Amino acid sequence: MISALAIMALGAVVLGAALGYAAIRFKVEGDPLVEKIDAILPQTQCGQCGYPGCRPYAEAISAGEAEINLCPPGGLDGVRKLADLLGREVKPLAAEEKPKQVAIIDEQTCIGCTLCIQACPVDAIVGAAKQMHTVVESLCTGCELCVKPCPVECITMEPLTEKLDNWKWKYPVIEIRRVA
Amino acid sequence: MLQRLFSFRGGVKPETNKAPSVQVPIGLAPLPERLYVPLHQHIGGHPNPLVEAGQRVLKGELIGGAEGWVSAAVHAPTSGTVIAVEEHVAAHPSGLTTLTVVIEPDGREEWIERQVVDHRSLPPERVREFLRDAGVVGLGGAVFPSHAKLTAAKAVAMEDLVINGAECEPFMTCDDVLMRERADEIVRGIAIFRDLLGARRVLIGIEDNKPEAVAAMHEAVGRLGEDYQVVAVPTRYPAGGAKQLIRVLTGKEVPASKRSTELGVQCFNVATVYTAYRALAFGEPVLSRIVTLTGNVEQPRNWEVRLGTPMRDLVALGRPKPDTTRFLMGGPMMGFEIPDLAAPVVKATNCIIAGSPALFPPAPPEMPCIRCGACAEACPHELQPFDLYWFARARNFGKTQEYSLFDCIECGCCSYVCPSHIPLVQYFRFAKSEIWAREREKQAADAAKARFERRNSREEREQAEKAERLAKASVARTSGSRPAATDAGPPARPRGSSAEAGSGSRAESPTDAAAAPAVGDAEALRKATIVAAMERARAQRESAQPKNTDHLSAAQLREIAAIDARRAVLGSAGESPKGPDE
Repeated sequence: MISALAIMALGAVVLGAALGYAAIRFKVEGDPLVEKIDAILPQTQCGQCGYPGCRPYAEAISAGEAEINLCPPGGLDGVRKLADLLGREVKPLAAEEKPKQVAIIDEQTCIGCTLCIQACPVDAIVGAAKQMHTVVESLCTGCELCVKPCPVECITMEPLTEKLDNWKWKYPVIEIRRVA
Repeated sequence: MLQRLFSFRGGVKPETNKAPSVQVPIGLAPLPERLYVPLHQHIGGHPNPLVEAGQRVLKGELIGGAEGWVSAAVHAPTSGTVIAVEEHVAAHPSGLTTLTVVIEPDGREEWIERQVVDHRSLPPERVREFLRDAGVVGLGGAVFPSHAKLTAAKAVAMEDLVINGAECEPFMTCDDVLMRERADEIVRGIAIFRDLLGARRVLIGIEDNKPEAVAAMHEAVGRLGEDYQVVAVPTRYPAGGAKQLIRVLTGKEVPASKRSTELGVQCFNVATVYTAYRALAFGEPVLSRIVTLTGNVEQPRNWEVRLGTPMRDLVALGRPKPDTTRFLMGGPMMGFEIPDLAAPVVKATNCIIAGSPALFPPAPPEMPCIRCGACAEACPHELQPFDLYWFARARNFGKTQEYSLFDCIECGCCSYVCPSHIPLVQYFRFAKSEIWAREREKQAADAAKARFERRNSREEREQAEKAERLAKASVARTSGSRPAATDAGPPARPRGSSAEAGSGSRAESPTDAAAAPAVGDAEALRKATIVAAMERARAQRESAQPKNTDHLSAAQLREIAAIDARRAVLGSAGESPKGPDE
């Protein structure tokens, strides 16, 4: 009787210690759900959702504070993926969906004020005070944050053109012909 | 020599249609009026242009330098003048443009100084570099830079070197005629590749529907005293696929995620070997290639065409029949329709087929998949095209990858046998490029995220540094004002003196004197600095002299006077409300 109790107590102590150790050793830092949501978001850091960057928006979604349809660069595709992940309903996008764009600085008009450089969330604009600025196209996420601060309105957003490098085979379309 | 042959699964036997274009020997295509040489003609890095408009170039001169290891150089195919380096339509199904060097030939064909190299006297790395700078790429159609394939795996010794002369695509005969007419050069070129790879055995695989090529190669091998085996392989499409030919000749099956080097086998096309030999033995970079012009033309033939020749000029040599409606680049199984004949002949252009509704009847309408499994039987890679089709159609790209979409070589056997006429390969190409695009987007998003995070941490750091600096400064000020109170001078001097120098008057001395003992010394100092700055600005304004005022017309002088008057009015208006304040 006593020995049985001792064995059970010993088992409880050992298992408890193991669990306690595992809880410390394999502690999950941060919220894994936020990471998953953040991975779906397009990382343009544009703030069009009303949050200062993609990660804060991901945190807000995970906390249940924000809708999943606030991200225009992610498009309906992104909303669908978020709905899949979170088990929520797919909703139409809150704003209109735009094609992927890139910012272009009209270098003739640029006065070199550096305001756009300060506004760019991904450091995609190079230039210095009173020197011409330019956008590094491959780094630009098309967030439009540089457009507003420009005092001479020399930044325009251009949709990305199709080039050989980003050309895609199209979905095969079946031609429907009139037979009679 | 008796050789045990193996077999690959699947495959089809389409009508070969090779006879018409082998009746006459290779012809040298005439020099066109303009050559449009695209800089990016291979898989890998984009070469940078090394010439500019107006520059004279010699035949064989480097016009685009290889960018990175997996890349190849591009050369001027003839001597002449560079007209422009601009965007020009590419030999690509999209019809989009690519950076192209436009050359106007002068007809003199002046060569640049050619450097002949013996590959045995150089270290292998130098030979590989030489081949890269000679622009040697796989001329079977994949245009992968050859030097990058010429390294044996570290762990596995190179057993077999497979030379691909199978040429299984219907209509195409460029490798056939090359082997018939230039067998010696090919055999000599094989020695280069064999030595670089250290291969023990060389197998030359040629489909058995080309007995003349087999005989010519056999003869050349015997004449040059080599021990290569020339093997006639059964004619079955796609026997010329690298993995299929390796399987047939060596019995080794290359697994899905491995390269053939890891099994000790490497495979090269005969035309590639030929260009490598010309590059080393004659110092001639890749400037031209053999192109089969066939199909619905009066004179089907193989032409040796300078790279950059507009396809329109080449096609005219064959005199297309009046009912020709379209042109294909590559074979009928794997090729694509050329959207614009202004596109130039490039290293990948092995064949141009003129098509008519009679020769290639329009595809019957696509019908639903009946899951008959004919495509799975025909697939040489033992995939399940019907499953892949299903997932690609539903845009379920994750599933297509699970079903090994990227092992598909787009040979077209499945579409060929499909009783429902489903363009299966189109779906697979669509799915592949969609997956690649998503991969690119994902990478771009990750990079943007990393940059954003770096920027945020930098801003935080800068803010922290600034706060620290301010804190330090305020500490310094409070500790600095204490000795100022006792010492009555030196520590406070620098700030006071700068204000003094700015104003250039003794007006500040009372404030300076008052500042030292006063508790609100910072306040007074700030006011003094402002006063001094305003004083300075006024002095500057007054000292500024108008420029370019020597030869002004009366009207201009009047205008200036009017502006000055307006300014005076505004100035007094601006000053008046200030008056009582002062």
